[in-house]
Amino acid sequence: MNVILIAVIVLGGIGLVAALILFLAGKKFAVHEDERIAKVAEVLPQANCGGCGFPGCSGFAGACVKAADKGSLEGLLCPVGGQAVMEQVADILGMKAEASAPKVAVVRCNGTCESRPRVAEFDGAQSCKVQQMLGSGETACAFGCLGCGDCVAACQFDAIRMNPETGLPEVDEEKCTACGACSKACPRGIIEIRLKGLKNRRVVVLCNNKDKGAQTRKACSVGCIACQKCVKVCKFEAITVDANLAHIDAEKCKLCRKCEDECPQHAIQAFNFPPRKPKAEEAQSPTSPTPNPSPVREGE
Amino acid sequence: MKTFHIGGVHPAENKLSAASPIKVAAIPKQAVFSMFQHIGAPAVPVVKKGDEVKVGTLLGEAGKGLSVPVFSSVSGKVSKVDAVLDSSGTRRMAVVVDVEGDEWLETIDRSDKLVTMKDLGNITSEEVVNRIKAAGIVGMGGATFPTGVKLMPPPGTKAEAIIVNAVECEPYLTADHRLMLEKPEQILVGVQLIKHAVNCPKAFIGIEMNKPDAIKLLTDLLKEKATQYPGIEVVPLKVKYPQGGEKQLIDAVIGRQVPAPPALPINVGAIVQNVGTVYAIYEAVTKRKPLIERIITVTGKSVKQPSNFLARIGTPMQQLIDEAGGLPEDTGKIIGGGPMMGRALMSLEVPVTKGSSGLLLMTEKESRRGEVSPCIRCGKCVSACPMGLEPYLLASYTRLKDWDGCEKNDVTSCIECGSCAFTCPSNRPLLDNIRVAKQTVMGIIKARHMESISKK
Repeated sequence: MNVILIAVIVLGGIGLVAALILFLAGKKFAVHEDERIAKVAEVLPQANCGGCGFPGCSGFAGACVKAADKGSLEGLLCPVGGQAVMEQVADILGMKAEASAPKVAVVRCNGTCESRPRVAEFDGAQSCKVQQMLGSGETACAFGCLGCGDCVAACQFDAIRMNPETGLPEVDEEKCTACGACSKACPRGIIEIRLKGLKNRRVVVLCNNKDKGAQTRKACSVGCIACQKCVKVCKFEAITVDANLAHIDAEKCKLCRKCEDECPQHAIQAFNFPPRKPKAEEAQSPTSPTPNPSPVREGE
Repeated sequence: MKTFHIGGVHPAENKLSAASPIKVAAIPKQAVFSMFQHIGAPAVPVVKKGDEVKVGTLLGEAGKGLSVPVFSSVSGKVSKVDAVLDSSGTRRMAVVVDVEGDEWLETIDRSDKLVTMKDLGNITSEEVVNRIKAAGIVGMGGATFPTGVKLMPPPGTKAEAIIVNAVECEPYLTADHRLMLEKPEQILVGVQLIKHAVNCPKAFIGIEMNKPDAIKLLTDLLKEKATQYPGIEVVPLKVKYPQGGEKQLIDAVIGRQVPAPPALPINVGAIVQNVGTVYAIYEAVTKRKPLIERIITVTGKSVKQPSNFLARIGTPMQQLIDEAGGLPEDTGKIIGGGPMMGRALMSLEVPVTKGSSGLLLMTEKESRRGEVSPCIRCGKCVSACPMGLEPYLLASYTRLKDWDGCEKNDVTSCIECGSCAFTCPSNRPLLDNIRVAKQTVMGIIKARHMESISKK
């Protein structure tokens, strides 16, 4: 009996002392986290995708609070939550959110199996990165999609899928959060994070080939040959040709679609436009130039 | 019998062209000189369209930093200076020359007469290195590292042993073997020149036992002319791949281990030069001939006449294949280099470059990789790795994108010899994955280094 009592007293005593030490240590070394961080983190999507450039959502929340203390939320954007979430964050921190236009990933290659003949066969590890390291891929185009789906593997939102018919990745605009993971995963830099555009409408050069026109034409039937026709037809100076490749500036583009009609290679394509009306009515088609288009977020 | 101590594999040798003497390949109608024939910064073209060039005319001067010049191997007119398809399938800057006749610069001595150290008189070691640099010589075993740089040991290091790499451990290739049989004395003079350049008394020539004729020839020659060629020793080595790897050869010949990068062979007192490079050094110093031709093996099981060619740099591969009996019908893959470390060519328009040691025409059947199955943890890759790495682990880390794990497990030490993938019973693409990790980790290390510099 005595033994049990002693054991209880000793252990109880040790427990009490240890508890006291822990209690005091807890008080002394308590980490005071800014409570705003937790609040901000709560409204973030918790996808931890890293698209904002910070390690996870709590990292981004910390950065927001820090930035707010300095007086501005400039340059901070959660691509997943977009404008709506940034407004909530700004409310919590007593700031005003900056207007930011929603973006989306665009695959700038249209070299399908038909338009871009295979000239070689790759049987190594099925990864675009490995293929890029070993050579120019299975087609004669050293700039186009390699088709192993590194971008698909990188997407956390199931927003990009390989189309087995074309052999190219396709972006699901509803799901895409423009976090940029696919763009970073692509060893050829084909995927561009681009403004969604007015009513989700976009006109894009679907090519990444920087070879001269004659060589591009040999490799692919829908490649940009840098003929400059689109540059000439564009009234808004939105198109530039750099290193044998045309590029449409999404901010300057007024969606008139003239370049799409002009492109002899059909490398320029328009997305999400309604089916074309008969010629006579085209005058009133979506050319309406609003001075400063504030993009409308749709379909989310 | 000496050999390296960790790992190694025994691929079938298939030295089909070992008995075929070096043939001089025809001068091409058009020659393409890539400005990217070496490791480091590309050469910068100094000619323009329409310029007349002779054999030995400078086409591209050395770029900034680590680089070497490029010379014309033919005479004729420059037809264009433009991006041209190279062996990797991308277009890169090159000079294209339309060949007319075969006119050489007068400064080049074209005679076959052997020039010895005595004939060179009191040549200084600086002069030797300068002539090597001016000739645009690079490591001709395939790594194409500028030779002149290797012959200038950094301060604090001293060359204690020159090791001539005459191992040719890649299956199929016989270019170095034939060179030793046909130009033995020139090679010995070349070794003397290197010894002189770095002021090193001792040189070893490492040759694998599958080339007994070369071992005998050089040993006899050294015995016969012991006073003329002092301090050179032939070291016969047990046949094992990748003995031709720089670090493996140093281990095999002088029993020293080069530490992990960034340590270099010179940190253990060794300078390794390929036997082809040694011959190029001989020609550059004694004959003032820039690096304009090299020996290349064209081989394969279905090739009519597996041959060794002395080809001008810039000759299209297609021409060499034609001279070796044409492209066999069952060709599945054409590899630039040997079967273990070579790379598949995307096109036959690709020209011979300074680093082209061989052209291997694999049959359709040989060229297929086996079906990939799961890792059975047999550990064969670990026993095969000559650098003592764990390839299965590195490949898994790569799949998980755990670059820290890769770095901790010394992925940067990988010499990309392919022994792991060769030995894997599950046909796993180990090297493919490790190469990705190596490149990524080296990028991370470089970024970290740049950051630490900018902080200071």
